[in-house]
Amino acid sequence: MQAAQTASASRERPGFVDLDRVGLSYGTFTAVDELTLSVRKGEFAAVVGPSGCGKSTLMKLATGLVIPQHGQIAVEGKRVTRPLSIVGMAFQNPSLLPWRTTLDNIMLPLEIVSPHKERLKSHRDEYVARAEKMLSLVGLEGFGTKYPWQLSGGMQQRANLCRALIHEPSLLMLDEPFGALDAFTREELWGVIRDLHRAEGFTVILVTHDLREAVYLADRVFVMSARPGRVLLEREIDIERPRPIDVTYTAPFNEIVHELRETIAQARVGAPSSQMA
Amino acid sequence: MTDTSIAGGQAPGISAKRVNLWWLAEKVGSPLLFALVLLLLWEALCRLLSVPEVILPTASATFAALWEFRAVIFQNAVVTLWTTLVGFCLAIVTGLVLGVAVGWHRAVYSAVYPIMIAFNSVPKVAVVPVLILWFGLGAVPAILTAFLISFFPILVNVATGLATVEPELEDVLRALGASKMTVMKKVGIPRSLPHFFGSLKIAITLAFIGAVVAETSGASNGLGKLMLDAQAAFQVPVVFAALIVLSVLGILLYAATAFLEYRYTGWAHRSNNA
Repeated sequence: MQAAQTASASRERPGFVDLDRVGLSYGTFTAVDELTLSVRKGEFAAVVGPSGCGKSTLMKLATGLVIPQHGQIAVEGKRVTRPLSIVGMAFQNPSLLPWRTTLDNIMLPLEIVSPHKERLKSHRDEYVARAEKMLSLVGLEGFGTKYPWQLSGGMQQRANLCRALIHEPSLLMLDEPFGALDAFTREELWGVIRDLHRAEGFTVILVTHDLREAVYLADRVFVMSARPGRVLLEREIDIERPRPIDVTYTAPFNEIVHELRETIAQARVGAPSSQMA
Repeated sequence: MTDTSIAGGQAPGISAKRVNLWWLAEKVGSPLLFALVLLLLWEALCRLLSVPEVILPTASATFAALWEFRAVIFQNAVVTLWTTLVGFCLAIVTGLVLGVAVGWHRAVYSAVYPIMIAFNSVPKVAVVPVLILWFGLGAVPAILTAFLISFFPILVNVATGLATVEPELEDVLRALGASKMTVMKKVGIPRSLPHFFGSLKIAITLAFIGAVVAETSGASNGLGKLMLDAQAAFQVPVVFAALIVLSVLGILLYAATAFLEYRYTGWAHRSNNA
C-alpha cells in the first residue's frame, strides 16, 4: 500500500536518482548504452543482470566517479558532474584499514566529508558516540577497539556498512556487499540492511547477482541486459513490509524470483554482438 | 559469528616469565653459542693444520690484534659508520621522494621505472673511480656510493606500497570528495610504511657495503682503508680484526632498522597472531 503511494508521487516529480539514456565506452568497449532508470527517494532499488553487464559501471556513474559520454545523470534533480559526498558506498571487499581500530575505520569518512572534517576535532565525543551507535545498530557493540583482523568476515562487512553510513548519506550504493559471505551470515546481514533502511530512510541502490537477495530486500528490481547494459525489465516487488526472512520460502516470493530468472536467461541468450550493431 | 579469533594470549598454565626466559635463550643464547663454536673451530683448525699467519691468523691472534689496535680500529670504524649513515639518510630522503612521485601516477611510473632499472643495474663499484675523480679522496665518494647503492630498494618499495591501494577503497574515498592527496595521506602512505621499513633493512646493509667498497678503492680514512693498509703491511690479523668489527657493525645496523620496523608498523606483523 505504502509502495503504491510513493509510486503515484513519483510521477509528479523526478526521481531521486535519474539516469537518462546514459552511454559510456572505454575505447571500443561499450560498458553501458542507452541506460535509463529512475530511483525514487527512500526507495530500495536492486539491479540484477548477467555478469559483465555494466552493473559496476552503474555504481561509478551514479556516484559521479565516472562522467558519461552520452546522456545525463541527475541526483536530487541536480546534474552530476563530479563525485557526490551525499553518497555512501560499500563493496564486496570490506577493505578496512588494518592499522586502524574498527571505530577509527568507521570514522574515516568523517575526516573527508564537509562539514564533519572541520568539526571532527572539536566535537570528537559527539562523533564517537555516533559511531558507537552505528556499531550497536549492526550488532557490533563493544567491537570498536578491535582491529579488523580480529573480526570475522561477516563482522568486517557489518563494519563496512557502518563506514558507508556514518556521514548520514542520503544515497547508499552497495556493490555485491554480501557476495563473499556464507549463506547464514548473508541472511543475517540482509536483516541488518533491511532494518537500517527502514530506520534511516535513505535511498539504496543494490547491485547483486543474487536474485533472492534482490527480491527480498528491494522495492523494485531492475534487470539489465548483457553488454552493453540497458534495463530490460523493471519489476515492483509488492511483498508487504516488514518482511521477515521466512518470506523467502513462500510461493509468491519464489514466483517473482522465477520470473526474473527467466528474463535474465533470455538476456544471456541475446548475443551482445547483435545488440551492439 | 563467533569471535574465536579474538581470544589471544597465552595458555593459562604457563607463566609469562618462563616464556620470556625461553625466548631469550632461543633468540640470544643460541646464536651466541653458535658463534663461539665457530670461533673455537677456527682456532682449532688453524692450529691443527698450522696455517701460516699471513694466510689466516688464528682467532686468538685476531682478537689480540683487535685489542692491540683498538684505538685506530675504533677511529676508523666511526668514520665508516658515519659515512654509511650519511649515505643512508640521503637514500631515505631520495627514495621516499622519488618513490612517492613514481607511485603517485601510472604515467610517472611508466616513464621513470625502466630508467631506474637501467640505473640500478650499473655495478656501483664501477662508479667509485669516477666519484673519486670528481670529489677526490675523502668521505664524499664513500657517502655517495653508500647512497647510490641503497636508495633503489627504498624507492621501489615505497612506490609499490602506494600502487597497491585497493581500487574499491580509493573509489569509496573519491566518491566522498577526497583528493588524490587525501587518499595518499589516509591510505597510500600508511599502507606503504611496512614496505618502506622493510626496505630500510635491505638498504642499510647495502649502504654499509657501498661505504666499505668505496673506502677500499681509495679513501683517507675508514675501516676499508685500514684493511687496505694492513694488507699492504702484511698485518693480516688486523685485516681480520677489521672484518670482525665490520660484521658486528653490520648486525647492529640491521638490528636498529629492524627495531624501527617493529616499532612503527607493528600492525602489519600483529595480523600473524590471528
